[in-house]
Amino acid sequence: MRVTVNGQSRELPEGTTVAAVVATVTEATTGVAVAINDEVVSRGSWAGTAVRDQDRVEVLTAVQGG
Amino acid sequence: MSLPPLVEPAAELTREEVNRYSRHLIIPDVGMAGQKRLKNAKVLCVGAGGLGSPALMYLAAAGVGTLGIIDFDVVDESNLQRQVIHRQSSLGMPKAESAAATVREINPLIDVVVHNVALDRDNVLEIFSGYDLILDGTDNFATRYMVNDAAVLLGKPYVWGSIYRFDGQASVFWAEHGPCYRCLYPEPPPPGMVPSCAEGGVLGVLCASIGSIQVNEAIKLLAGIGEPLVGRLMIYDALEMSYRTVKVRKDPECALCGKNPTITELMPDYEAFCGTVSEEASEAAKDSTISVHELKAMQDRGEDVFLVDVREPNEYEIVSIPGATLIPKGEFLNGSALERLPQDKKIVLHCKSGVRSAEALAVVKNAGFTDAVHVGGGVLAWVNQIDPSLPSY
Repeated sequence: MRVTVNGQSRELPEGTTVAAVVATVTEATTGVAVAINDEVVSRGSWAGTAVRDQDRVEVLTAVQGG
Repeated sequence: MSLPPLVEPAAELTREEVNRYSRHLIIPDVGMAGQKRLKNAKVLCVGAGGLGSPALMYLAAAGVGTLGIIDFDVVDESNLQRQVIHRQSSLGMPKAESAAATVREINPLIDVVVHNVALDRDNVLEIFSGYDLILDGTDNFATRYMVNDAAVLLGKPYVWGSIYRFDGQASVFWAEHGPCYRCLYPEPPPPGMVPSCAEGGVLGVLCASIGSIQVNEAIKLLAGIGEPLVGRLMIYDALEMSYRTVKVRKDPECALCGKNPTITELMPDYEAFCGTVSEEASEAAKDSTISVHELKAMQDRGEDVFLVDVREPNEYEIVSIPGATLIPKGEFLNGSALERLPQDKKIVLHCKSGVRSAEALAVVKNAGFTDAVHVGGGVLAWVNQIDPSLPSY
C-alpha cells in the first residue's frame, strides 16, 4: 500500500503499525507525536493502530524553544 | 467548539480607555463587553524571552488589565536579535523588570506585576492561582511540563507555543475542555535529542509569528469569541510559509488528565524527568570534569592533550578555544570519531556549555579512553573566565 510519511510517498506492507512507521523516521519514542490524516494518534495507540492505504502520516517532534 | 468567556466584564471603561481601545470597540465581536472583559482579565506570561516579548507587548496594548511577568534571567546581548521587548539600554537588567518597563510605556492604563524569580514546584501553584490564563513562553522542557501540570491541577487554561529555527507549534491546553500537553507529548524526548534555541538557533521573527498566535488565542478565550485552539495543534513552517492545524484529542490514558491519572500532584523533580543530561553522561562526567582554568593551566604547562570541540561547524566558526579540533557530537554517537582520537594523548572534550561534551565523554570512556575528561561550562565559560575579548553566543 502507498502511504505518505512526512510528505514522502512510501510503499509499506499491509498491517504496518503506527509504531513501526515512527521507527522508520526516528529512534525516539518520546517527545514525538504522530498525526494520521491530520489527527493525532495518542502514544498509547501506536502499537495497536495500523496505517491504511493512502494515509498521510506525519511524525512531529516536540521543540522546547521560547 | 466555542467556549464561554473566561472573565466577567469590568463595571465600566473610562473615557481614556474608550479612546485608546476604540478600534477594538467598533468590532462587533469585541465591543464594549469584550473590552471590559479584557480589562478585568489577569494574564501571566511565563518567560519574557522570544515568545514573551511580542506576547506581552500585544497583551498590554490590547488592554489586558493585569499582566504578570515571570522571568529570573537577565537581558543578554544574544537576546536582542528576537526579544524585542528588551533594548540595548536593558542589557544586564532583570528581564522581568526590563519587560515591565516597556509594557508600562506601551500602556500605562494596565497593572503590571513583576515576578523576578525562577518558577519552581514550590511557587508555581501559588503564582498561577492569581491569574485567569497562563501564556507559556518558556525555553525548556522541564518548565514546560511543570507549567502544564500546574495548569491542569489548578483547572486553568494556558496558551502554549514553542519554536525552533524556522518551525513553530502552538495550542491551547485546557483539560476541562480538551487535551493537555501530556496528551500530545506524554514524555519529553530523550535528553540531547532536541536542541534548545541556544544550541540550534531560532529565526528572530518566528517569535512574533507564534507569539502573536498565542495572544490571538488568549484574547479569544478571555472574551469568549471565535473558535479557540483547544484540541488543535497549530504547526507553522516559515520556510514553506504554511500554517496548518491537526486535531488533538484528550487521551483517556493521559497520566495527568485521563480517566485514571497517576500524576495527581506536581512531580518532585522536573529537571530529572526531562533528563537535562542523560544518566550515562552524568555518570561519565562524575570525577571527569575539569574547569576552564584547569584547561588553561594544562595548555600553559605545555601538556600534550588532544582538545576536541564537539559542537557544530557553524558554532566553531563563531568562537572556539585555541588548539581545539572540531569533531561534532554526532560523530561520537555513531562511532566514527573514535578512530580520529590519538591513543597516546589525554582526551579533553568541550562544547558550548558542557551538556553535549558530557554525552560524547560517555562514548569516549566506553571506548577505553578512561582518563578522558570534559570541560565544565564549555566555550562559554572560556570566554567568560579566560578570554573575555572573544565573542559569545
